[in-house]
Amino acid sequence: MPIDFQTALGVHEQALYTRARRTEVLGANMANTDTPGYKARDIDFRQALAQAQGASSRQLSTTQTSSGHIAAGTATVATGDAALKYRNPHQPSEDGNTVELHVEQANFADNAVRYQATLTFLGGKFSGIKTALTGGR
Amino acid sequence: MFKVLDIAGSAMNAQMVRLNTTASNMANANTVASSEAGAYRAKQPVFATLLRDASDVGGVEVSGIAESDAAIEKRYEPGNPMADKEGYVYLSNVNGVEEMANMISASRSFQNNAEIFSTSRTLMLRTLQLGR
Repeated sequence: MPIDFQTALGVHEQALYTRARRTEVLGANMANTDTPGYKARDIDFRQALAQAQGASSRQLSTTQTSSGHIAAGTATVATGDAALKYRNPHQPSEDGNTVELHVEQANFADNAVRYQATLTFLGGKFSGIKTALTGGR
Repeated sequence: MFKVLDIAGSAMNAQMVRLNTTASNMANANTVASSEAGAYRAKQPVFATLLRDASDVGGVEVSGIAESDAAIEKRYEPGNPMADKEGYVYLSNVNGVEEMANMISASRSFQNNAEIFSTSRTLMLRTLQLGR
């Protein structure tokens, strides 16, 4: 049985990446609390995770419907963050800024805890592999 | 993940500029000048988002310092060495209440970003410990 990190670690690797990305997005929201016109954003975690898992299939190909068409080959495109969405403010402010500090703080704390949970899961996976390698000695 | 440190850092920097302008405004609240053009005008930093492209998240930059265009008060003080020929001095247009509110807002935002910085740092250090 070959040890493949991709299968051994499961979803947690991508989850950790997505959590790290969400930390950045929420951090940027809170950094821009006082910037006029800034629109708060957040990551749709479910969509981002699905996107990260399907990262290998993110290739675009062209269909040739006529023999005169030039084969374009396949191109890998950076799709950016489709999961990055704008937040609906509870109380829009006069200067067009939609950051609500308490909402962002709550989300940031939530994200930090979940990030640590993912770290714990990953740590468990690693110690599991270690146990398998050393035979529990 | 390292980007969050840059972002929080840029925000702390911007809030520090805001605190500095507030300090300058408060310090010059009672400055008088001998002409309306020379009077001290309250300064405010203008914040803008540092965006490299639309799908990116960015920190804050201070895109400029704006001067308040509130009316300059003119006071009759012939004994003042700064008085003009008619005996008037020109006061600054600093609003003390506004500045205090600004100061509190800036320091709260600074604290908030310092908190983000330290939380992110803890998370990154924990990540380094992974698998130990």
